[in-house]
Amino acid sequence: MFIFNQQFYLVGSLYIVAAASLLAQELNLGRPLAPEEVQKIDIGIATDGAGLPPGSGSVNVGAEVYARKCQVCHGPDGSGKPQDRLTGGVGTLASATPLKTPNSYWPVATTLFDYIRRAMPRPAPQSLTNDEVYAITAYLLSVDGIVPKDATLDAKSLPQVKMPNRNGFVSYWPIPKK
Amino acid sequence: MSKRNQIESAVRDEMAAGNGLLNRRALLSGGLFAAGAAGIAQAQSSESVGANAPPWMKVPGRDFSGYGLPAKSQNKVQRDYPTGQVRPTTSSHTPLHLLEGTITPNGLHFERHHNGVPDIDPNRHELAIHGLVDRPLAFSLDALMRYPMETHIRFIECSGNSGSYTSAEPSQTNAGAINGLLSCSEWTGVRLSALLAEAGIAPGAKWVIAEGADAAAMSRSVPLAKCLDDAVIALYQNGEAIRPEQGYPMRLLLPGFEGNMSVKWLRRLKVTDAPADTREETSHYTELMPDGKARQFMFPQEVKSAIIRPSLGITMKGPGFYEISGLAWSGAGRVSKVEVTADGGKTWALAALGDPVLPKALTRFRMAWQWSGQPAVLASRATDETGETQPTREAWLAEYAARQGYHFNGIQSWGVESDGTVKNVYI
Repeated sequence: MFIFNQQFYLVGSLYIVAAASLLAQELNLGRPLAPEEVQKIDIGIATDGAGLPPGSGSVNVGAEVYARKCQVCHGPDGSGKPQDRLTGGVGTLASATPLKTPNSYWPVATTLFDYIRRAMPRPAPQSLTNDEVYAITAYLLSVDGIVPKDATLDAKSLPQVKMPNRNGFVSYWPIPKK
Repeated sequence: MSKRNQIESAVRDEMAAGNGLLNRRALLSGGLFAAGAAGIAQAQSSESVGANAPPWMKVPGRDFSGYGLPAKSQNKVQRDYPTGQVRPTTSSHTPLHLLEGTITPNGLHFERHHNGVPDIDPNRHELAIHGLVDRPLAFSLDALMRYPMETHIRFIECSGNSGSYTSAEPSQTNAGAINGLLSCSEWTGVRLSALLAEAGIAPGAKWVIAEGADAAAMSRSVPLAKCLDDAVIALYQNGEAIRPEQGYPMRLLLPGFEGNMSVKWLRRLKVTDAPADTREETSHYTELMPDGKARQFMFPQEVKSAIIRPSLGITMKGPGFYEISGLAWSGAGRVSKVEVTADGGKTWALAALGDPVLPKALTRFRMAWQWSGQPAVLASRATDETGETQPTREAWLAEYAARQGYHFNGIQSWGVESDGTVKNVYI
């Protein structure tokens, strides 16, 4: 009886597996990723701060790193030219001449950390240390008083930064009915 | 009856709308007075017929080639991109005004990249799927090649395409410069839903953060619903491996969605419960409105069309019969009709749509036109199968803040001057 049951079970599951393969074409050719492997490639930061690494950076250190590694493209104090302007424009979005910068427009501060770490500086992306990224983020936010001049940012404090335009976005997904 | 009276009478008989737009049957007959085959002079008697042959008929042609190139005379058919700027330039355009049909040649597909085109070793590249999944997985190119594939003709359009229509004065640039952040290819690849099923989607999953292996690690948040619908991991473009500029060895293809989301050089898909608010979905690709609020996650490219011939730089050669030809598309599905006007929007006639009309693909439309030689304003207006019709430029502009240029799909128009030159005009 026991053997019969096992066979029945086996035949039954084979049938289910076969049916699933027919429907979904499951080939299972993906290589299982170990948690350590995922950690190495998962460089993204969620808006709640998930993914932020250990480390910290102050406005003062950030000003120094910015002057050395960012200013050549983004100008003094993030004023722009030749590349994007990074500071200023707070309060201009509803005016006739809206000025969109990270400080005036971006809804969350985690985006600054995420983007600087993954893509900047342009000639040597992904070369900054986590401490440097925290520091540059703190410095840029301080230019418009979003964080105080003596601020230090880390995984705990960065997601709590209140961006001026945090309520400025209206989701268009799912697509609103007309 | 004089020749002039004959034409006027024939135009009246065949008229579809004002200012010379003709019935579609005129496209087949080649105009109102298609000439019969004229007598062709026979070669005069001589010792060899070579006396009358062009030089290329009198010497053997060149040998085979491993990878063919366009004709020498086509060397001006190039993607157009700004030069002399501080790198990086933002994009290159498909020269739509120099092409016909609906499929974009691979070397002319528009480019938009955020820190150059990466030189990826396909043997070291993997696509990781992780996050809210039961089994995090990595797929090599070899592994993906073994999955059942599907082939679809789909357009990709940058949401910044035609953004110059938001400028106060019409931009005097050609159709490619205005609309060439738009290309259409036959894409082949693996349905993403099959790979996600193998990883097993965990409860609470709603979004997928897609990331490229370029030097910007460009990333976007994609609704899980789209990934389970018609998203494809594309490996082939018009029958050959995807070009480096288009994401070699693999790209995400999200049919109908703004082009930036079809992440190239795709290396990672993280399944999450929320969007990441990445730089490209906050700083860029969001639509500021007059009240200072901005639309975010406006994904589908809405119904749109543009007349490509005639257009700026394609000069009319005197009064007579012309075919007006252009492109229409919608990220929501098939184009159901395209209307054309030659009198600045007073009257419209239905254009002929080239077969097959495919969803989320370019459709070529054609309209017969007997140009009187007088100034004319041409425009096209597309409607898709969901019933959406292109708004006027004015109505579109009213929705957004000044100079907001993403997702422009207003009606476009060209002004034909009496000397045959074509200018960009607003109606």
